[in-house]
Amino acid sequence: MAATVKYDDVEVGQEIPAADYPVRRVNLVMYAGASGDFNPIHWNERFAKTVGLPDVIAHGMYTMAQGGRFITDWVGDPGAVIDYGVRFSSMVVVPDDDQGTVIRVSGVVKEKLEDKRVVVALTVKSGDSRVLSRAQSVVQLA
Amino acid sequence: MALNRDFIGRVYPPSAPYEVSRVKIREFATAIGDANPMCLDTELARAAGHSDVVAPPTFPIVFCLPSDALIDPELGLNYAMVVHSEQRFEYQRPIVAGDELVSTATITEIRSIARNELITIKTDIVDVHGKLVCTAYNSIVERGGAA
Repeated sequence: MAATVKYDDVEVGQEIPAADYPVRRVNLVMYAGASGDFNPIHWNERFAKTVGLPDVIAHGMYTMAQGGRFITDWVGDPGAVIDYGVRFSSMVVVPDDDQGTVIRVSGVVKEKLEDKRVVVALTVKSGDSRVLSRAQSVVQLA
Repeated sequence: MALNRDFIGRVYPPSAPYEVSRVKIREFATAIGDANPMCLDTELARAAGHSDVVAPPTFPIVFCLPSDALIDPELGLNYAMVVHSEQRFEYQRPIVAGDELVSTATITEIRSIARNELITIKTDIVDVHGKLVCTAYNSIVERGGAA
């Protein structure tokens, strides 16, 4: 394991600076292919609207993956993630233009555990809505 | 339609082994915009003590769900009305390229929440030695299912 963040350097309440992850239609198409989730609500506006959605929405797992990336970028090593869980609380609507939308992730160290592990709580938003709730991870630090 | 409560506790047969490849990890990392070199560069991952490139934390979603089980008409799930409610991955060790992983899914919970039906599936993911690598918890909601 090669976590680059040292347990002794981290304090409860410490904030991990926010990061913005743009999401455009092409990202959802790529995610559909890589994950095998081809539900048309994630790429077909016509279908999305027929099932009552405002537009194409991101895969929940795509949004969860952005939170995961935020944690692993902070800690350095994806292998340092011991536990990662979320609740999907709101949709990420992705318009068909060149801007798409943005998923903003920020974090705070919530608790220090034994064995140099910490609990990180994430805030994940798209515009003003909180798109994940109870998003938290147990991370192995150095 | 209400989901069939007889499915609570049902354990599905173990999956065929899923072979984790460097190419798939790279494809998945690229799709989520993750440029972490530990996912892409074998030498670097080895220098960090891993046997090969490491999968991003949400990678098991690629192979861990018993999709055939969820469309079983006996269960009564209308997949067009399904939204993802909760997801969690609990790791015993990282998933790396070269792993061969077998998933065993159990339906742990089916209940109504207002007009919706919630179903939770726990998947144990083990390696070729039968050692637990990761446990995935997946909860989905069928909108209007309990109405």
